[in-house]
Amino acid sequence: MPAQSLNPAAYPLIQIERLCKSYSLQDASGKTITNQVLFDIHLTIQQGEFVAIMGHSGSGKSTLMNILGCLDTPTSGSYWLAEKNVATLSKDELARIRNEKIGFVFQGFNLLKRMTALDNVATPLLYAGISRAQSRKRALELLRRTGLENFAMHQPNQLSGGQQQRVAISRALVNHPPLILADEPTGNLDTQTSREIMLLFDQLNREQGITIVLVTHEDDIAAYAHRLIRLKDGHIVLDEKNRHETAPGGTPSFPSL
Amino acid sequence: MNLLSIIGEALRALRQNRLRTGLTMLGMIIGVAAVVLMLSIGQGARTKINETIAAMGSNLFLVVPGATSSGGFSFGSGSVRTLTINDSHAIAELTSIKATAPVTTGPVQLNYGAKNWSTIITGTTPNYFEVGNWKMESGAAFTESDLRSAARFVVLGSVTAKNLFNEEDPIGKTIRISNRPFVVVGILMAKGQSLTGRDQDDTVIIPISTSERQITGSQFPGSIRYMLVQAKTPDDMDIAEIEITQLLRQRHRIPKGKENDFTVRNLTAIADVATDAAKVMSIVLGAIASVSLLVGGIGIMNIMLVSVTERTREIGIRMAIGANQRAILTQFLLEAMMICLMGGIIGLIIGIGGAWLVSRFADMLIVITAGMVGLAFLFSSAVGIFFGFYPAKKAASLKPVDALRYE
Repeated sequence: MPAQSLNPAAYPLIQIERLCKSYSLQDASGKTITNQVLFDIHLTIQQGEFVAIMGHSGSGKSTLMNILGCLDTPTSGSYWLAEKNVATLSKDELARIRNEKIGFVFQGFNLLKRMTALDNVATPLLYAGISRAQSRKRALELLRRTGLENFAMHQPNQLSGGQQQRVAISRALVNHPPLILADEPTGNLDTQTSREIMLLFDQLNREQGITIVLVTHEDDIAAYAHRLIRLKDGHIVLDEKNRHETAPGGTPSFPSL
Repeated sequence: MNLLSIIGEALRALRQNRLRTGLTMLGMIIGVAAVVLMLSIGQGARTKINETIAAMGSNLFLVVPGATSSGGFSFGSGSVRTLTINDSHAIAELTSIKATAPVTTGPVQLNYGAKNWSTIITGTTPNYFEVGNWKMESGAAFTESDLRSAARFVVLGSVTAKNLFNEEDPIGKTIRISNRPFVVVGILMAKGQSLTGRDQDDTVIIPISTSERQITGSQFPGSIRYMLVQAKTPDDMDIAEIEITQLLRQRHRIPKGKENDFTVRNLTAIADVATDAAKVMSIVLGAIASVSLLVGGIGIMNIMLVSVTERTREIGIRMAIGANQRAILTQFLLEAMMICLMGGIIGLIIGIGGAWLVSRFADMLIVITAGMVGLAFLFSSAVGIFFGFYPAKKAASLKPVDALRYE
């Protein structure tokens, strides 16, 4: 099923110019300290790219990720996502963007507890105003594609880490977003499971043209991406094509998505 | 997100913490039960008083002879026999007056067969039944022509009839009043106690003409014990009181500056005082009960605040996958409202059950109206919205990035 980005040449999916982010804190004496995290970021990501953002902790990669995901707002500069200037949008419009344009995959899976895998996957559709029956139907379809149809009625704590992350990926995909943001998606998984998850991302990128932005600090995970961006102290210090263009070995373990 | 899904989510969230939900709900249950119980007791008291007042007759004055005081020395009401049947007739002619009923009274001994009964007899005109709001259980009242002919006809109160006749039908039977034979023509419908607690159904009523000549007698012919005066409408009450006073002063030739030799009492005003007292009582009871509802509401707010803090991360996740502020607000508000509504329903049932027990074992009149049920629901949802709003607003205005990172 194709994502919403039909014509990759029309416009860049993400265009960031002169973006800065700083936090204001009060120190013990009540003086305001400004802590700048991102400095003058320029970044353009085309539709269909598979980008890895790397950097040590404190490099600003998570902050950049939150801004990309419309969870946080930049202090200055512009951020265009799918031809919309995100900086000018209201909270509810941002919620809508997150619902329609972005699928999130987190390190800690972030599934809703005491809710079945099926309901977890269906929830974004409920927020989109789609009926419960319709949402569940679509959710079940996605669980089937990620090989979890037999676990649809399981709750997150009854699933393994890899299964939980696949539920999270199903949830990210359920509303056909053009962009998936994955924040250390394999951080809590073993090597074999990490590989499966990365192959799943690779497959989504290749077969559906879904843009994937991945934050990681592991080189072998970043190696799946086609483009590498390295952040250091809030600056982009490296932006290059990945040396090995194709993902390292192995056939996808999932049916065609 | 449609309402049904949100309700489903709210129920799931409430089920996750049964004990906490139950305890929070208990505050509402006690509050609503107390409000319902207190309102039904208050309403019961008002209904009882209203029934008594309606039975008494409406727009009534009681005119009694004798000054309440004379030159600083009081003789007490009725100590002087200054009021006459003709006064009563004259008052009846006033434009503001609908009818009057002169009354003479006296103690009598009743006999029927082997049974006897002592009571106070009332001699009056046929107007008495209408003015005093008496209805007939069986038979009929005596008429104007009976009055003119001083017929020996008698109308009995239900208690008196029961004491003399037991199960027998008294109509047409002859009883002896102070050894004179009277034919029973009617039985009054029961009224119960008066506001002062007197049994109104122990009564014997005969034409005033018969009474004066044959039973009570009088040193002063035509003088009466008191009269009932009924104004045409409640609005006429004030004018009527002035007119009665003026007319009687004129008829009794009381010079300016001298005190009245009669007293006009507004019975409706007395009834109003009783009604007001009952109203105040139910307001006070309701207010006291409302305090427990308020405390219950504060408990709900407290728990909802804890719940919002506990579920900060869940809120972050929901925001990340597209929940807008309204969706989060609705979710938490609905949880609070459901605690309140469920508590309200259970409280209502307990309140009604309690009222039933009170009416059964404390022998009090308890009235539960649809309005009270509505009020209980209205109150509990209002408490839910009022005390649930702040925590829900707090949840909805969290920043997604902060909520998501909350540990």
